[in-house]
Amino acid sequence: MQFPAELRYSREHEWVRVEDGAAVVGITDFAQDQLGDVVFVSLPAVGSKVAALEKMGEIESVKSVSELYSPVSGTVVEINQAAVDSPETINRDAYGEGWLLRVAMDGGLPDGLLSADEYRAVVGAE
Amino acid sequence: MNRRDDRLTFERSVPGRRGLGVPAPGVPEQEPLPGELRRAAPPGLPELSQAEVVRYYVGLGRLNYSIETGMYPLGSCTMKYNPKANDEVAGLSGFAGAHPLQPDELSQGVLEALWELQEALKALTGMAEATLCPAAGAQGELTGMLMVRAWHRGRGEDERRRKVLVPDSAHGTNPATAAMCGYQVVAVPTDPAGNMDMDGLRAALGDDVAGLMLTLPNTLGLWEQHILEIADAVHGAGALLYGDGANFNAIAGHVRPGDLGFDAMHVNVHKTFSTPHGGGGPGAGPVCCAAALAPFLPDPHIERRDGRLVRVRPERSIGRVGPGPGSVGVLLRAAAYLRTLGLDGIREMSAAAVLNANYLRVRLAATYDQPYDRPCMHEAVFSARALRRQGVRALDVAKRLIDYGFHPPTMYFPLIVEEALMIEPTESETKESLDAFAKAMHAIADEAATEPELLHDAPHDAPVGRLDEALAARRPVLRWTPEQSVVPAG
Amino acid sequence: MACSPPTSIAPWWAPSSLGLELTVRNPYVPHVADERRAMCDVIGVASADDLFADLPAHLRDPRIELPPPMAEAELLRHYRALAARTADALAVPCFLGGPLQRHAVPAVTAYVLGRGEFSTAYTPYQPEIAQGTLQAAFEFQSAVAELTGMDVANAGMYDGPSALAEACLMAAAVTGRRRVVLDEGVDPVAADVVRTYASGHQLQVETARAADADLAGAAALAVQYPDVLGQVRPLAPLAARAHAAGALVCASADPVALALLQPPGEAGADIVVGEGGPLAAPPTFGGPNLGLFACRKELVRQMPGRIVGATVDARGRRGFVLTLQTREQHIRRERATSNICTAQQLLATGFAVTLALLGPAGLRELAETCYQRAHALAARIATLPGWSVASEPPFFHEFAVAGPLPPRAVNARLWEHGIVGGRPLVWRGTEVLVLSVTELNPPDQLDALVAALTEPRS
Repeated sequence: MQFPAELRYSREHEWVRVEDGAAVVGITDFAQDQLGDVVFVSLPAVGSKVAALEKMGEIESVKSVSELYSPVSGTVVEINQAAVDSPETINRDAYGEGWLLRVAMDGGLPDGLLSADEYRAVVGAE
Repeated sequence: MNRRDDRLTFERSVPGRRGLGVPAPGVPEQEPLPGELRRAAPPGLPELSQAEVVRYYVGLGRLNYSIETGMYPLGSCTMKYNPKANDEVAGLSGFAGAHPLQPDELSQGVLEALWELQEALKALTGMAEATLCPAAGAQGELTGMLMVRAWHRGRGEDERRRKVLVPDSAHGTNPATAAMCGYQVVAVPTDPAGNMDMDGLRAALGDDVAGLMLTLPNTLGLWEQHILEIADAVHGAGALLYGDGANFNAIAGHVRPGDLGFDAMHVNVHKTFSTPHGGGGPGAGPVCCAAALAPFLPDPHIERRDGRLVRVRPERSIGRVGPGPGSVGVLLRAAAYLRTLGLDGIREMSAAAVLNANYLRVRLAATYDQPYDRPCMHEAVFSARALRRQGVRALDVAKRLIDYGFHPPTMYFPLIVEEALMIEPTESETKESLDAFAKAMHAIADEAATEPELLHDAPHDAPVGRLDEALAARRPVLRWTPEQSVVPAG
Repeated sequence: MACSPPTSIAPWWAPSSLGLELTVRNPYVPHVADERRAMCDVIGVASADDLFADLPAHLRDPRIELPPPMAEAELLRHYRALAARTADALAVPCFLGGPLQRHAVPAVTAYVLGRGEFSTAYTPYQPEIAQGTLQAAFEFQSAVAELTGMDVANAGMYDGPSALAEACLMAAAVTGRRRVVLDEGVDPVAADVVRTYASGHQLQVETARAADADLAGAAALAVQYPDVLGQVRPLAPLAARAHAAGALVCASADPVALALLQPPGEAGADIVVGEGGPLAAPPTFGGPNLGLFACRKELVRQMPGRIVGATVDARGRRGFVLTLQTREQHIRRERATSNICTAQQLLATGFAVTLALLGPAGLRELAETCYQRAHALAARIATLPGWSVASEPPFFHEFAVAGPLPPRAVNARLWEHGIVGGRPLVWRGTEVLVLSVTELNPPDQLDALVAALTEPRS
């Protein structure tokens, strides 16, 4: 199980990386492992607004559905179509090719996001 | 054994081949349909001879497990033997050939057969009225809950009562039905003994609650020990108690839901009353109800008036739920079953179902965890969590049972039981088949310790191995097309 | 045939000399006394009765009035007598159609449906031992998609009317709108079912003429094809109007008619439903039936019902599984696309069998025979004094007539001639009689109908 130190994490199992002032968002390695084979992901449209801690989409395995919560607030500027088309990418490389969307943030990262160690402790306790 | 020919009819098609003749018009040729309305190309249907079609489908049937080939220990599904006499009754020419729009005066016989069933269901449930309209249990739920809502509307309380309570162990249809009726769903927790948590229920009840949907026995296969208090609490809050009759096989003839305080309930005739499952339908889901709900019954309702049977639209009906008075071919089978058994036969049915389930509960207790250690009703819930130490899951146990010649039990339901295996043998299984099943379950537990890979790869002897469900969902191939092969691109 | 009312009303079962006790209490319970005792010993109870100890004592084993049991021969005698007091619309001349058209079910179809491997199997949640059911379902989905001209079809719904209702709910969910417009040509039975289903979400359901209805803010425009009078109207212009207003087009189509008519998918329909029961099983007084449900592939994740898809096993062999199950109640619960959990699988298999027997040519011939005979009959009725055809051409194999007598009086007269007549209906404020003509109405029945309408009362 990987917890890259350079990322920030939400308690809802999303990760965030700030890149050129935008937030790149995905689900964590722990989350993909819990879900099992990801078969479908639905993401907000480019141009739509997302808000921190609010529902922004869904991710499905064969026999489960989980809601995706945005870890940040802002406007969606890009979605990872490759991950939508081949959801197995999310299982294979959750922190890399399996990223989900890029958000132009309103302001900076919200308070309350976790460090890698803090997140590891959260899922370790689960 | 030769490799199976798995081609679809579409892939066996030979242009020009035919399996059936059609009568010629036999009338002077008429003005044709205008060209702009006509279909440009014929539909791409398969072209086969009659013998090819028979061989193809008989061959497909051989790939199926069925109640006529073996035991289904499927919890919450009541896969009992389907008597043949019932099929013969449903196929009688006056019944099978009757059209739903033919007038009542030409339909007295079939209406009588249906009315008899209504009366029998009212007697067994202890309720004032019944409708046979719903085409399946889930539509029965929809019908019953729309009636519940109509009742509240009639009292001017619909706008306030926006919530429906369901136990956290409920079938998925309950919350889905409540949502279709426009309700917000609130889950009620289960207590450590497997009963509804009374504090949780009281906390959830209020003047914003329209009703509680409850399965009895509950979906853990257990008698709800506080059922009378539950009914009182629900009614005390001005709400109604809706019964999911999925588990009626356990108690029919022994206690009447109406006496326990249920205001309405549906009956799954493909469970309790022995009608065939058909591989996933058709079923039928009659709904019985208290007198207060009768004015809201769906259209058409079968009633006896002046010595004649008529189909009527009740005064404040929720409307129609389908084209006719119900899934008549299925209902007639249930009616024939009830007339074969009579009350003593029905009591024997539920007593034997409960006996069989408890026998397996005890026989399997040494090997599989029982989250609720008390006598069960018609089904017993186990947990395969202990096997996780060997890396074996409930799914693996279930798939390995196929190699032993059994249909897998219900898995991962109820959701509140970890690695759930839910076993309902039904009354029609012999002691020998129960013993053979228990022996297989013990053998599989041994294999989990010694050769877990045998379970991971199971089944070994089925027509196909474990299928890639993730691939099917990621790259959906949902139909044959001439252009592309019927296999998802990996 | 005798269709007299029953003579006695109480008790509801006849006290008969045949009402003897059976020699076994329940012929479907296998246990002998020794086994029962042995099982009770293992459980640790004195008798099975003890297992019911938790039930409230004062409510246990109540007096329940049920008729005495019957052995098979008695049972069949009882139901044969009732069946004989019912008109068999497949055996006598009959011109009823509407929500359930009359068609001949091939012997092969009835045979396949009677086989226990199909009829007594469970829902195919365990694909390794249900490939027969699953592959048949895939055949069915393929045939429905071909007929309707749509991308995908589900594995079946209860019946045509509830499929239309589910289509309207789906359109509301897809568009986020709360208004459903039904064309006046939608069968009133189906319209009633749509209203029942729509009442849960308090959707607004209106009936209007699709050609000039106000579609602003509508989730769905529902049209029937052919309509309740058998009339065929081009779908494309209606679809264009609906799409311009942001509404989805839900077309309810007759699968036999689709052998001749432009498929709704080509005309722009978003969801196509229909009644497939008559090609799979006899009408049986209105059920079980088979709802067809197809849609554009972009909408598949909002589709209700079960769906079967192709895949492979570990050794690369093709197989079929239930797929996209996250839409369904057993996973998504209150957020499911519907509460439905049946697919009328047995009838869906039957539908696939019938279409495989007919093939495209046979289905077209079947549709042509229905069409030709209906038009021949309509032309003859139109020439009878006082009679007129109320359906505007082109119509398919159902049409409305109006005559010198009210529809119910016409039917009563026809029954005197042993003919089950047509369907009385009110169309735009006028009483009409809708006649359906199929391959089950050979020319001599058409002659008999015309003669009965013209001859003096017998």
